[in-house]
Amino acid sequence: MGEKASILRKYLPTVLWIVGLVVLYLILRAVFAPHASGINLNSRMILSRIREVSLFLGAIAAGMAVIEVYFYQIFFRRPSHPLSTIVVRLIQGILGLIALLLIIAFFDLTDLIRLPEGLFRNFVLLPASGFAALQKFLVTAKIVSAGQASLVAVVLLFVVLGLLFLLIQRLTQPRVSRVGLAYLLVIPAMVGVLFLIIYPFLFEIKLAFSNASLGTQATKNASYGLQYGWQNLVTLFTGNVAKDAKFFEVLGRTVLWTVINVTFHVMGGMVLALLLHRPMKLQGFYRTLLVFPWAIPTTIAAMALRNEFDLRYGFFNIMLNNIHNFFADLSARVTLLSPMFSWLAENIGPVSWKQDPFWAFVSILISNIWLGIPFMAVIILGGLQSISHEYYEAAEMDGASKWQMFRNITLPLLRPVLTPAVILGVIWTFNKFDVIWLITQGGPQEKTDILVSSMYKAAFQFYRYGFTAMFALVIFFILLGFTIVYLRVTGGLKSATE
Amino acid sequence: MKKQNVLVRFYRWFFFRARGDSPFKRLLVHLLLIIACVIAVYPVLRVVTISLRPNDTLLTTSLRIIPENATLDNYREVLFGAPEKNRQSDFFLWLWNSFSVVMVTSIISVALAAVSAYAFSRFRFKGRSAGLVFLFTTQMIPAGMLLLPLYIMLAKLKMINSSLGLIIAYSVSSVPLTIWMLKGYYDTIPVDLEEAALIDGASRMMTFTRIILPLSSPSLAIAFLFSFMGGWSEYLVARVVLQKNSLFTWPLGIWTYAQQFTVSWGNFAAASVLIAIPVMALFLYSSKWLISGLTLGSVKG
Repeated sequence: MGEKASILRKYLPTVLWIVGLVVLYLILRAVFAPHASGINLNSRMILSRIREVSLFLGAIAAGMAVIEVYFYQIFFRRPSHPLSTIVVRLIQGILGLIALLLIIAFFDLTDLIRLPEGLFRNFVLLPASGFAALQKFLVTAKIVSAGQASLVAVVLLFVVLGLLFLLIQRLTQPRVSRVGLAYLLVIPAMVGVLFLIIYPFLFEIKLAFSNASLGTQATKNASYGLQYGWQNLVTLFTGNVAKDAKFFEVLGRTVLWTVINVTFHVMGGMVLALLLHRPMKLQGFYRTLLVFPWAIPTTIAAMALRNEFDLRYGFFNIMLNNIHNFFADLSARVTLLSPMFSWLAENIGPVSWKQDPFWAFVSILISNIWLGIPFMAVIILGGLQSISHEYYEAAEMDGASKWQMFRNITLPLLRPVLTPAVILGVIWTFNKFDVIWLITQGGPQEKTDILVSSMYKAAFQFYRYGFTAMFALVIFFILLGFTIVYLRVTGGLKSATE
Repeated sequence: MKKQNVLVRFYRWFFFRARGDSPFKRLLVHLLLIIACVIAVYPVLRVVTISLRPNDTLLTTSLRIIPENATLDNYREVLFGAPEKNRQSDFFLWLWNSFSVVMVTSIISVALAAVSAYAFSRFRFKGRSAGLVFLFTTQMIPAGMLLLPLYIMLAKLKMINSSLGLIIAYSVSSVPLTIWMLKGYYDTIPVDLEEAALIDGASRMMTFTRIILPLSSPSLAIAFLFSFMGGWSEYLVARVVLQKNSLFTWPLGIWTYAQQFTVSWGNFAAASVLIAIPVMALFLYSSKWLISGLTLGSVKG
């Protein structure tokens, strides 16, 4: 009896979940079925995407597994006798060589390097061309159809690899490695980072010394050389970075953008955090409402704010117009301070947020400050909560004022939280142009562009690839310089990497 | 005389209460917080307002929160298309595109980060601090900077205009920061637990999967959420990689609404509300853990 009840208790939640999901499905079906013809998505499309994506995930997992097994055998196995040493090291050497050749072939395919035609190139391309030949053989020998050739070839390849790994496993014996596991754990992430961050970075450096543009069909007919790099650098500092804007003008605006944003984020966040950090009613309620700007997807927020800066129908101009009317009305009715009110009415009024460069810049600043304060507030609140009460109690006994406590207890103890937050805030703001892009697109006349958005334009509107690459490098070194100086001054990251 | 006494006492109590915050100060704090809340929430409410407006009064200077003649027409049009205009709804297609891409990238990046953060937290191997500093440095690479080479690379691999291309472009971008965050969290888990298990004969890998991973499941969830949120509303990379309408993620999709000013403004607002509600609900629900994850990461470095 008791057993039965426990079984019931064990499986009841699962059953309820399943029933709930089925009911949800039926309800959704009932709601959507009548409108199915109006919805451009069907189960076939969903299934084909799932197939595509899981094949991709499987491919990545398989590739990682091969790499892991290879390095596992290097770190944790050693050959048991001299003869097996030769065989094992030979197999491992050949596999390593093939991997190296594949990487070089990948560089060649994506134009990082261009191998001259000839024996060496054919040698490098041997693994790739061998694989193609295997596929072709499978098709011509009528073993499989053309559609399945690549899949079967991959499976064959994995069978061969598996057999080789089994052979190595047989010929070796275990060995103790203290840090081998660490490398095995780090390798997958490092492969990803090397492939998708370092490789593009190298590519960027190469591009910076080229004249690649739309005219040269990107990298296809581009020429490389120091003189092109120099030319790009000269254009960057003396010519137009996107269309009309000059580098130093945009740089100045970027610094202004970053400083204003981060200052307001930290100050606003600090004020909100200090207000919230006290025993009070409704704290959770306020906190929930205050993180709204952070919670709402940036894209939506930016596009919505863009509409609010509309000349006639946007919120800001409606409000300014109302204030204008209010003061005009007041100056007509109240004689006492009439000149002051009419002056106010004259000077407060709707603003052309989109045509006037100054106001356009103000509009993106307002938007980004609004978006960024909650994040800082939350970080600082977390920092405040980690400060022990005892410090304040001791200070109170010594008769310290509120300001002294803030200055001498709160700020220093917030430093471990604030330092990384400020560095990352500066870097992110410096690089953050989705808000700008979605609200003003850098307009009017590129007067609200910052460095990164100019760079985006140079690349994807004016197709000046080589120039853009040099531009990107310069931005990178500016940020690197800032971070190094900042860390030197504050001694920031040492404790973290000890 | 007596009356004044009461006033003075009230005045004293109101402004200089002996213990804790005085009522005046509390009033002030609540007032300031309410103002801040209004500033934080009002623009979001405006989107709701616009989504409820009937199509003929989209352009109005009214500031009412619930508009006159409020209607759900815009929602109907976004969700089910407009048969009378012979237009199908792409809304679910965009959502599905976004979801499938971001789900896969989040899985990849959290899996990679969770595993390597463990190595960075527990092992002292050659290249450890160099690796950490290097991961930090990658944060300085402007987003747009890697976009150009990635674009050229994807073009060479014939992966422009494909969801896989977008997955590749997204997958690693959040890994470095996630590694830092998770390492910070692993550091707070006492080593004693693992040492006890090691003495009992467990392998290093077992201590990781049986002790560390279960203990850090909240922070893994946070990392997943971060990665998901990052990709979920990403616009600029998607714009470069995807040009075909049927592959658009939702930020690209609703941008097609926002570009036409008059008619589609209501549709844009309705679509935004529909997308934002689940995201914000999830975010607000998990914000407590989000915050602890963030500050832990930064306090511990």
